[in-house]
Amino acid sequence: MASAVSAIFILDLKGKVLISRNYRGDIPMSAVEKFLPLVLEAEEDSQAPAPCFTDDGINYLYIRHNNLFLLAITRKNSNATTVMLFLHTIAEVLTEYFKELEEESIRDNFVIIYELLDEMMDFGYPQTTESKILQEYITQDAYKLEVQVRPPMAVTNAVSWRSEGIRYRKNEVFLDVVESVNLLVNSNGNVLRSEILGAIKMKVFLSGMPELRLGLNDKVMFESTGRAPTKGKSIEMEDVKFHQCVRLSKFENDRTISFIPPDGEFDLMTYRLNTQVKPLIWVEALVENYTGSRVEYLIRAKAQFKRRSSANNVEIHIPVPDDADTPKFRSGIGSVQYVPEKACVIWKIKQFQGGKEFSMRAHFGLPSVKNLDDADKRPPVSIKFEIPYFTTSGIQVRYLKIQERSGYAALPWVRYITQNGDYQMRMPDSVKASKMAPI
Amino acid sequence: MYFCPTCSNLLLVQSDGAQQQLYCQTCPYIYPVVKTIVQRKTLDRKQVDDVLGGDEAWANVDKTDASCPRCEHDRAYYMQIQTRSADEPMTTFYKCCDIKCGENAELLVDLNSEYRDRRKDAVKRVIANMTVGKDVSSLFPQVVKNMQTEDLEMKKLVYLYLMNYAKSNPDLVILAVNTFVKDTDHVNPLMRALAIRTMGCIRVDKILDHLCEPLRKCLQDDDPYVRKTAAICVAKLWDLDQERALENGFVTILQDLVSDSNPMVVANAVTSLAEMQESSVTKDVFVVNVAIMNKMLAALNECTEWGQIAILTSLADYKPLDSKEAENIAERVLPRLQHANGSVVLSAIKVLMIFMRYIKNEEFIKGLIKKMSPPLVSLLSSAPEVQYVSLRNINLILQKRPDILKNDVRVFFCKYNDPPYVKREKLEIIIKLCSDKNIDQILSELKEYASEVDVDFVRKAVRAIGQCAIKIDEASERCVNVLLDLINTKVNYVVQEAIIVIKDIFRKYPKRYEAIIPTLCQNLDSLDEPEARGSLIWIVGEYAEKIENADELIENFLETFLEENSQVQLQLITATVKLFLKKPSQSQEIVHRVLQTATQEIDNPDTRDRAYIYWRLLSTDPQAAKAVVLSEKPPITVVNSTISPGLMDELINNISTLASVYHKPPTAFMGNKAFSADAVKKAAAEDAKDQEQIIGDAVLETGGTSSPATPKNTVADLLDLDFGSSEPAYSSPTMSGKPAASGSNYNADLFDMSSDMSSGMTGGGAFGGLGVMNVPSPQFNVSSQPAASNTSNDPFGDLGGFGQPQQQQQQKPPTAQSSAVNDLLDLF
Repeated sequence: MASAVSAIFILDLKGKVLISRNYRGDIPMSAVEKFLPLVLEAEEDSQAPAPCFTDDGINYLYIRHNNLFLLAITRKNSNATTVMLFLHTIAEVLTEYFKELEEESIRDNFVIIYELLDEMMDFGYPQTTESKILQEYITQDAYKLEVQVRPPMAVTNAVSWRSEGIRYRKNEVFLDVVESVNLLVNSNGNVLRSEILGAIKMKVFLSGMPELRLGLNDKVMFESTGRAPTKGKSIEMEDVKFHQCVRLSKFENDRTISFIPPDGEFDLMTYRLNTQVKPLIWVEALVENYTGSRVEYLIRAKAQFKRRSSANNVEIHIPVPDDADTPKFRSGIGSVQYVPEKACVIWKIKQFQGGKEFSMRAHFGLPSVKNLDDADKRPPVSIKFEIPYFTTSGIQVRYLKIQERSGYAALPWVRYITQNGDYQMRMPDSVKASKMAPI
Repeated sequence: MYFCPTCSNLLLVQSDGAQQQLYCQTCPYIYPVVKTIVQRKTLDRKQVDDVLGGDEAWANVDKTDASCPRCEHDRAYYMQIQTRSADEPMTTFYKCCDIKCGENAELLVDLNSEYRDRRKDAVKRVIANMTVGKDVSSLFPQVVKNMQTEDLEMKKLVYLYLMNYAKSNPDLVILAVNTFVKDTDHVNPLMRALAIRTMGCIRVDKILDHLCEPLRKCLQDDDPYVRKTAAICVAKLWDLDQERALENGFVTILQDLVSDSNPMVVANAVTSLAEMQESSVTKDVFVVNVAIMNKMLAALNECTEWGQIAILTSLADYKPLDSKEAENIAERVLPRLQHANGSVVLSAIKVLMIFMRYIKNEEFIKGLIKKMSPPLVSLLSSAPEVQYVSLRNINLILQKRPDILKNDVRVFFCKYNDPPYVKREKLEIIIKLCSDKNIDQILSELKEYASEVDVDFVRKAVRAIGQCAIKIDEASERCVNVLLDLINTKVNYVVQEAIIVIKDIFRKYPKRYEAIIPTLCQNLDSLDEPEARGSLIWIVGEYAEKIENADELIENFLETFLEENSQVQLQLITATVKLFLKKPSQSQEIVHRVLQTATQEIDNPDTRDRAYIYWRLLSTDPQAAKAVVLSEKPPITVVNSTISPGLMDELINNISTLASVYHKPPTAFMGNKAFSADAVKKAAAEDAKDQEQIIGDAVLETGGTSSPATPKNTVADLLDLDFGSSEPAYSSPTMSGKPAASGSNYNADLFDMSSDMSSGMTGGGAFGGLGVMNVPSPQFNVSSQPAASNTSNDPFGDLGGFGQPQQQQQQKPPTAQSSAVNDLLDLF
């Protein structure tokens, strides 16, 4: 079950190869010429092309990134998940190198891309993909250095993500607890799905090889140690994923999160929990459709969280028909804007205090002639927001202990924020009643 | 730029109050601008012809003595072209005979430059040319000369060039060997690793002689970076020359590296060994035993994400001695479910799924399953392509362990902006998870999907509703109501699909929902797809006695009888006969007319033959006709698993790989098509010797066309049909080629199946295979093919065999064949 891939290509949308690297030489490189025709053919059959398919004994796995295809081909029964993730990793690493991964940046940097492709994969097997480490020994101006670069210890160390000898004058750690709320509400106002995807992001400016221990109000940990939380509630996380620096076996044993952090920014852990909490921001839409002439919207938005908090930069996107014209709005708060290229109205509210409720009316004219072939697509209402100093799950960082041989004192800073994830409410059917007063 | 649709003038802009509009200058046409108009057109650069006619014009020209001003070569090609007026002499053009001269000449000069920067720049340009596909192989010796440098970047570039062109200049590669060998002794480990890595990538035999010594050194290098690179290099050598790798003892060294102190090295050694094991003849290169397993488990905690995947994959090959040991290993693997890399998670799940077979403790298995669900759900928050792979795997895991995600159906609800391929897979999983507890939720969700714009997806959603109805008895009423709601939307394709689905529901619950028939009949005119028409006709025929104006309806269809698709024709004939048998008084005239038209005016042998059969049946023995045509139809059921147990186990062994995505065994898509078709042919030949030729050809024929079909098999669908019950009257249009959602083709038309087979082979007696065989179990599924062809050769008039199932049993086919059979059955 060797998972090796035979070659990797980066192509533009017309299927022209921008750069390629043949790792195993068991597939003629001309195989790539068949790639785009095959994708287009699948598209024509009205079957959306799947991201991996097989043709003539060759398997094609690809991802789209901006206006590029990243393609891997293999003859073997490769590990598809690995390949997909590896392609995404390539895109990530290259983005970190060039800020923007696109045709232009590839043409300008082909030398370094070859180097990276060489270092990240050998004989079709992924090797080192940590971009911070790669940046230490693969740099654009390597030749200007007087001293010759050597592979950083970290490449092969047990701690493959941190180099030794880092020094800061001021030792600080920043912890951001970011929770994104994914919500799906159907047109009757029933919550179909509500989950929280949380992430603890760290920014580490610490010298040496510090050993960190993070304490959360994790229910399972409290139970296993037999201690009741001193104050506040504890939370139960459904699925926790850690950065590779965290000792997983230790977490499995006694739920302590201990690790040697990489330098700089990284996501320490992500967690997921299903909640039954009230949706933070609730939007009700009433659509009145006067066929052939106009359509009216009554939107009510309600902030269903504590009065003390408030949501910032709230944006409510309300989809309207593609061909709506002559917009008129009236709202109690914030600004409303019609964005015809996205076929939606954006209602922006700078600050939305908890417990408050606002409403907005919108009115559009519709062309009298309607193309019957255009089936009504009904995109959902989507909402963006940020609520600082607040987590939906109630997760708390209880402590962050930092130990280093030299024994310096370091300051941990913690911030909490809740924001929208995939926050969608499906539009209700439009009604033909006319109880709304005209604007 | 927009043009007037009537008079083709360019439209101009004017503003009309608040709004802009485009207007035509000559006619009253107006185009209101309601949104930003964007048009994008990429302009193709004009192809400029080579003034001298390009390479082809130079192909057969003469040479002459002339000195090249650039390289002082003394021969040149020449050609004369009349460039000026006819009374002037022709112009002579020369081209240097030295191939190095010309396009690459400048590079050549720079590569030989005495300045380092210039040489480096030249190498870069060479690589740039190589990247865009220009041939720069002629510069080989000059580029290789630049290999000896302390500049790492330059070195890398030269190596890159070498890897690309070594194959085309095998003799010159030897020039580079010395530098390579020297580099493997360099003080800088990066250099050593680079050299050994590149040497392995140059797939030229000559270099192998020189590779072994440095490789041995590097495998024992002090620096782990070099060791890990060398470990992979052994696999490269193995790939080219297994003998040599064994002779030099590299395999043994590699086996020792599994106990290396550095986890990266261990991971790469495992990776290499696993690959070598796969292609080795003796299969003794890498056998995972207790000692190796323990070493791998120890390294698992510390190596990179990719290394962990390699180790987990190899761990899955270990055969635990007893249940206790399997439990222990499972415990050690469990923490990997927490890893951020989805592939590590799936690999861990694979190990757990495999080890569950050995674990006898049911409680423990339950615990494992409980712990597996959350990570599987989390995979759905990754990138869409990864989601797709994950969903295909979840689909598989669900078939093996149906209770794994039973409370999580909500996470599979589609989001508006999910890519279509993700939606499709989610829908499949929703159907699998549907139970009487969540059916209301699922139904309202499916109804929502049915109002989306993506036609393909909408159809699938409607089919899914039908499957829910068939799967859950108590919910069938609600499903039918939802379907009726959908029919009332009058959206054409929704209505058609709903009618097809309702036909299935009628088969499952005969006589329960007769009340809705009038609603269905109202939509008669809007049906234009053969399958939907066929379905409605079947319903009308089946319930002819309940429908007052059945004869009118049939009459209505008959108007266009000759233009119909042959599937609809078959269905119409059957329905008319049913009508006649149920209401002889009203329809004698119709049936007579239909049978006459069918036998006299239709060329399709299937249709004609079926009409003949009915005719004879009716004229000789109406009672027998009744028994045959109006017999009880076997009810249909939904099978949750569409994969046979043997294939299932193989696929579980391949979780996270391509096989699990295609739901096909690796042998089905590895290697080329001809190979697999051959294998099928061979297997078929063993199976039924007397029919060797016919079957082989048939299988080959169908196998060829079906292999590109989407990975989805419907073996079980067919198997669930009781072929034994005589049911010649029943047929419904097939959905050939399309991966029909399971459940919708339970009544996959066996008439069509057999007639397809027979017309392919005998071209005539199309009435074979009808209700004359029994397929008892998945293992025997292939026997349906020979059986079908066998009976198809039965004498035409032998109607006695009808209705008396004769059991046909074939010997059990080898498992390798099952995949091909799946392919075949996909067609139905």
